[in-house]
Amino acid sequence: MPSAKTSSESPQAADPYRKLGAAKLFKIHELMVRARLLEERLIKMSKGGDGFFWIGGPGEEAFNVSLGLQVKKGRGVDHDFLHLHYRSSAIVLAMGAQPIDSLRQMRSVATDPYSKGRSFVNHYAIAEFNIVPVSPTIETQYSTAIGTGIAQARAKTDAVTIVNGGDAGTAEGDFHSCLVWANRPVLPLPILIIVVNNGWGISTKGETQHGERNISDWAKVFPGMPGKTINGNDVAESWGALEEALAYVRKNRKPYLLEARCSRLYGHSSSSGANRIPEADSIEILESAMTSRGIAAPSDFAKVWEREARALDEAHQQVKSEPFPEGDSAWQDVFADGLPPSYPVKGGS
Amino acid sequence: MANMAQAIRMALHYGEQHLGVTEIFGEDVGPPLGGVFTATQGLERSWNSPLDERGIIGAALGLAWAGGRPVAEIQFVDYIFNVIDMLKLAGNGYWSSAGRFKTPLVVMTPTGSGIHGSMYHSHSFDSVATKLHGMKVVCPSTAIDAYGLMISAIKSDDPVLFLKPKALLRAKGAELIPGEPADEKVLHEMIDAPLGDREKWKPRWPELTDYCVEIGKARISHPGSEATVVTHGRMAPICLEVAQALKAAGKGSVEVIDLRSLIPYDWDAIKTSVRKTGRVAFVNEETEITNFGEHLIRRLIDECFYELAARPRLLAGKATPGIALSPSVESFIQPQKTDVERVIGELLADPA
Repeated sequence: MPSAKTSSESPQAADPYRKLGAAKLFKIHELMVRARLLEERLIKMSKGGDGFFWIGGPGEEAFNVSLGLQVKKGRGVDHDFLHLHYRSSAIVLAMGAQPIDSLRQMRSVATDPYSKGRSFVNHYAIAEFNIVPVSPTIETQYSTAIGTGIAQARAKTDAVTIVNGGDAGTAEGDFHSCLVWANRPVLPLPILIIVVNNGWGISTKGETQHGERNISDWAKVFPGMPGKTINGNDVAESWGALEEALAYVRKNRKPYLLEARCSRLYGHSSSSGANRIPEADSIEILESAMTSRGIAAPSDFAKVWEREARALDEAHQQVKSEPFPEGDSAWQDVFADGLPPSYPVKGGS
Repeated sequence: MANMAQAIRMALHYGEQHLGVTEIFGEDVGPPLGGVFTATQGLERSWNSPLDERGIIGAALGLAWAGGRPVAEIQFVDYIFNVIDMLKLAGNGYWSSAGRFKTPLVVMTPTGSGIHGSMYHSHSFDSVATKLHGMKVVCPSTAIDAYGLMISAIKSDDPVLFLKPKALLRAKGAELIPGEPADEKVLHEMIDAPLGDREKWKPRWPELTDYCVEIGKARISHPGSEATVVTHGRMAPICLEVAQALKAAGKGSVEVIDLRSLIPYDWDAIKTSVRKTGRVAFVNEETEITNFGEHLIRRLIDECFYELAARPRLLAGKATPGIALSPSVESFIQPQKTDVERVIGELLADPA
C-alpha cells in the first residue's frame, strides 16, 4: 500500500531514478562502464595469453556499483568491512580501486598490490578499505564475516560488515553458519548478508539443485530478520534496497539478508569460454532509463565508453612494461616475523 | 604445581588482562563449563559459541582482521577436519594478501590419545597441521611450557595452532609458573570453579608475569651423548622417563629433545644433538604414513648422512583407520612406554 506521503507525490517525484538525481546516475553509469570494460579487457587478456584464468562479475554492475558507493569506506572497526568474492570488481572500483591494479593481478606482475602475482584476478585484499582477502574457496567469506561482525557488535559504531557471494554457494554450511551466528540471541551481529543470484553454479542450473522459492526466505526462520529479493540488474531498485538494508543494519545492529537477481553475462569463468550470453544487460537498462527520462542523450554515454576505454588502454600498456615477480619472492610474507633461518627452503633433497 | 589446563587458563587470563585478548570462545568454552578440560574456566572474556567449527575459525579470522587477538577453541582436534580449508585461509592470509593482512589468532585444541577416547577423541593432527604453511604449530608437554607458549602464541602476529595433549592436561608440572602459589591446594582454591552452582563464583588470580617460551625453540629435557630422541606432546614425558631409567641403570645416555614447536621446528637443536650422538629416534603418536617425523628423517639424511652411526628410527602410531576404545587395541595402535624402550634399546644396540 502506498503511504500517504508517496500518494501525494507526483509520479515524476516518486520515480526512483529521478530521486537518485542526474549527477549520481551519471556517476553510477561511469563506474558501471569502467567495471564492464575492465572485465571485458581481463577476458581478452586471459584469452590472449596476457594472463591466465579469468573469473569476474560482468552483469552485476548495477547492484555492485550501488553497493560500493554506499559503503562507509575506511580502515578499522569504525568503517564497514567487506567480505567479497571474485565477482565483486564493480564494488571495489566504486569504492575507488584503480582498474590498473586488476590488470596487474591478471598479468600476475610484481606490482600486483593485492597478491604480488600469487592469486587469480579479482581476488582483492585492500586493508585501507577493510576489504579482507578474497579467497578462491566458495562461501568461506560468510564464515569470516562473523568475526568482523562480532568486533563491530562490540564497538560503539554504526559501521557494519557486508558479505557478498553467489547463489550456488548458499548450499555450503558457511552461509548457514553466518545466518546462525548473526542471529545469536546473546549477540546479534550487524551484517548485511548479500547473495547475488545469477541462477547458476558453474554449469549447473540453480533450479535443478535448490528447492527454495527465494534464497532470502532463509531469513524467515529467524524472528524479525528482514529478507528481501530484488532485481539486481536495475540501478534504482538496487540502490533503494541497499539503502534500506544498510540503514537497518547500521541502526539496529542486526543482520539483513538481501538477494539480488543479476545476470551472468560471460558465463562462470574462462573455463567455460567467457563468451557473451544474451541475458539482460544492466548498463543497457540504465542507459535506457536515463534517456527515456531525458536525463541523458546517447552521445553522453558514448563519451564515457570512449574515455574509459582509452584510460584502460593506457593502463594496459603500462602494465605490459612492468616486471614479473622473482621466483624467490615466494618466500616473502610467509610469516609476519620473517622466515626462520632453518626453515626448509630447498623443496626436497 | 599447576597442571597443564590450569597453566593454559592462567596464560589466557594474562592474555586478556595484558595482551589485548578480547575474545576466547568455542563450544562450551564459556561459563558454566569453562571448557571440557577446564582450560577456560573463570576467564572474563570467554564465551560459548554455536556448535559450529567452521563458524568458530571463520569468526577468529574476521576478529583478527578487525584488529583483535582472538583465541578460539576446537573442542577436540578430531572435530577440526571439517575446517581444514578455514585453517588454510588463516595460514595463507598474509601471503595471499601480499603481506597486507596479518592474522594474529590462536586456535587451541586437545590432541592425541590416552584418555580412552575411541575413534573421535584420540586423533593426532601433526601431519596435517604441519602442512598448513604460514601457520605456526606448537605442542607443549609440560605446564610451564604450555603457559609460556600460550603467551608467545597470543603475542604472535601469525596464526598459531596450539595443540594440547589430552593425556597431559591433568598432569602437574615440575616447575612453578612465575606468580603461581607454591601450594597447589591454594591455587586450586583460587582458580578452580567449585562443583555445582557456579553462578556467583569468581576466580582469584595470582599475580602472573609475562613468561614466554619462544616459538621454534626446543627444550632438551634430558641431556645425553649416545642417542637422540626427538619427540613432543604426550610422548615427551614417556621418552624422558625411559631416558632417566636407562641412565639410572647405566644402560645408555639418551638425549631427549622436546620439540615444543612443530612449525617452525628447532632444526639446529636436532642437528646439533644428532651430530653429537650419531643415533636418533623420532617418537610421536601420529600415524606412520606421511608422518612429520619422516620429514625430519629425510632432512637429517640429506644434511647429516655421514654423521649417522645407525639408521634413524621412527616410532609412531599404526596406520589404522581409527584408534580403538578397547585398551588392548588402543595400546597396540598407539606407541606406549614399552615401544619407546624397545626402539631406544635397539637404537643403542645397533652396530655402528
